[in-house]
Amino acid sequence: MSEVLVLVDHVDGAVRKTTSEMLTAAARLGEPAAVFVGAGLDAARETLAAYGATKIYVVDSSDVTDYLVAPTAEVLASLCEKVSPAAVLLPSTTTGKEIAGRLAIKTSAGVVTDAIDIEPVDGGIQSKQSVFAGNYTVTAKIVKGAPIITVKPNSIAPLESAATPTEETVEVSVSDAAKASSIVSTEPKAASGRPSLTEAAIVVSGGRGTGGDFGPVEGFADALGAAVGASRAAVDAGWYPHSSQVGQTGVSVSPQLYVAAGISGAIQHRAGMQTSKAIVAINKDEEAPIFEMVDFGVVGDLFTVLPAATAKINES
Amino acid sequence: MNIVVCVKYVPDAQADRSFTADNTTDRASVDGLLSELDEYAVEEALVIADANDGEVTVLTMGPEDAATAIKKSLQMGAHKGVHILDDAIAGSDSVATSLILSSAIRKIGDVDLVLTGLGSTDGGMSVVPAMLAERLGLPQVTFASEVTVADGSVTIRRDGDAAAETIRASLPAVVSVTDQINEPRYPSFKGIMAAKKKPVDTWSLADIEVEASQVGLDAAWSTVVNVEQRPPRSQGTIVTDEGNGGAELADYLAAGKFI
Repeated sequence: MSEVLVLVDHVDGAVRKTTSEMLTAAARLGEPAAVFVGAGLDAARETLAAYGATKIYVVDSSDVTDYLVAPTAEVLASLCEKVSPAAVLLPSTTTGKEIAGRLAIKTSAGVVTDAIDIEPVDGGIQSKQSVFAGNYTVTAKIVKGAPIITVKPNSIAPLESAATPTEETVEVSVSDAAKASSIVSTEPKAASGRPSLTEAAIVVSGGRGTGGDFGPVEGFADALGAAVGASRAAVDAGWYPHSSQVGQTGVSVSPQLYVAAGISGAIQHRAGMQTSKAIVAINKDEEAPIFEMVDFGVVGDLFTVLPAATAKINES
Repeated sequence: MNIVVCVKYVPDAQADRSFTADNTTDRASVDGLLSELDEYAVEEALVIADANDGEVTVLTMGPEDAATAIKKSLQMGAHKGVHILDDAIAGSDSVATSLILSSAIRKIGDVDLVLTGLGSTDGGMSVVPAMLAERLGLPQVTFASEVTVADGSVTIRRDGDAAAETIRASLPAVVSVTDQINEPRYPSFKGIMAAKKKPVDTWSLADIEVEASQVGLDAAWSTVVNVEQRPPRSQGTIVTDEGNGGAELADYLAAGKFI
C-alpha cells in the first residue's frame, strides 16, 4: 500500500487536532506517514502513533523552520519523488494552503483546498468541499499526480488506531531561492485559555449587537468551554481581533454548536458558519436573517439573555 | 517601481450563486464585479506607488465582461490594464490560472511587486499567490495586514491565531493583502473620467506563449464530479425573551447535551 503523507500541524510539538483528523483520513487512502517539521517531536510522537502514523519523517533544520513555506514545499516535493505517495494531506491553514499551492506546481499534481471529506474511489481519490457561502457541496476528483489536499479542521472525526511508527530523518538542502522570505519576529498572542476557533466543538460569536462589550459573550463561552468568534462588523469596529473573525474574509468554522449573539447574519458571516451542526442565535431584531437558519433562537437582548443562561449553566 | 495587481471578476457574492451544467461557476446568471477582496490590493498598490514613484498595472483574465474589473481599478487610480482574453480560458483551475497570470507577468516584464487579494470571493482557495510565486521563482508573503516597502525588500505584518508575525522578503515578491489593511477608495469623478483614457492591452493566450491545451476545463488537474445544493436550513424554535429567554436557552443546550 502506498504511503499517504500528512504534514503535521503543531506548535513546538503540541499537535493540533487537525493532525489526528488528517491521519484518520490518510488511513482510508493508504499508509499514514507523518511529516514532522520543526522541533518538539518528543511531545508529538505519542499522538501521531495513537492515530495510526506508521512512519514519521523528521525534518528539524533551521533552514526549513526560519523561512516560511517555500522550504517545506521543497521538502515535501523531494519526499513525493522518493516515495510516490498516494496523496499528500495538509491542514487548511494559511500556511498549509500556501505549501499546497507551491507543491502542486513543483510536483505537477492537482490540488483541492478546504476538504470536508476524503474517500478513495475507482482510479483515484475524491474529496468534498463546501462552497458559495456553504450553499453547495462540491465533490472533486484530482486527475493529475498525487493529489494534494488541504483538510478543513473539525470536518473528519478522528479515530484512534494505534501504530508503532518507524522514524526517518530527512536530510534537507534548501535552495537559496526558497530562503528569500523569512520571519523577522513573532509576537505570540496572550493565551486566552479558550480552545482554538477552528478546532472548538462550540463557538460563541458576538457582533454589532454587543456594542463593543464582549463580556457576556465571553462569559457564556467560558461556561460552555467554547471558543469566541466575532462578526466582521465587530472586527471592523476594532472590538475584537481579526484572527477571531468568522466569515467569508475570516475563519470558516463547523463546530457542533454555533451561537451567534447580536449578529444579523449577513452572507459574509453565514459563509463562515453555515456548515455548523447546530445554530443558536440571540438578537433583539426578530427580523434578523440569522433566525431563518437557527435550530433555536431567542428574540431578546443579549445583555440579559446570555448572563441569565450563563448563570443557569454554571448552577447545574 | 512597477507593481502588478492581479484582480478577478467574480459573480456578486451577495447574490444566489450557482453552477452551470458542466459544474463550473455560473457567471452568466449573476451580475459580475471586481472581487471585493481585490479592491484592498488595488488600494495598497496605489499607496505604495505614490510613495515610491511607481506605476500600477492591473491584470485580469476572463471573458469580455472581466474588463469591468480593470475599469473599476483604473477608476480608483491604477495606471494601465492588461486583460487576458481567450475562449480557451473558460473552466481553468487554479493551476492553469497561475500559469496564465505568471506568463502575463513575465510579458509585462520588470515587475518589482505582484499584489493580490487574500482570495477570490468565488473559488476562495487562496492558492494562486503561492502558485504564482512558485512559477515566477519569487518569494511570497501573504495575508498581510500591513505592508512596508523599503530598500529592495517588503516587510509585512500577519496576524495569525497564535501569533502576529513580521515577515520580510526581498523584491521582487508576491504579496497578498487582507481586508484589514486599508479602506479602498471610491473612484472620484475625476478618476472615472481619467480612466477612459488609460491604456488597456488585451492579450490572447498566444500573446503570452501559453498553449490552449494547457488551460481550460479539459486541462484541469482537478475536476468537479458533482455539485449538490445544500438543503436549506429550516427554522427551528424561536422564543421571545420575556424574562425567561436565558433559562430557555440553557434548557435547549441541556436537551442537546451541549452542557
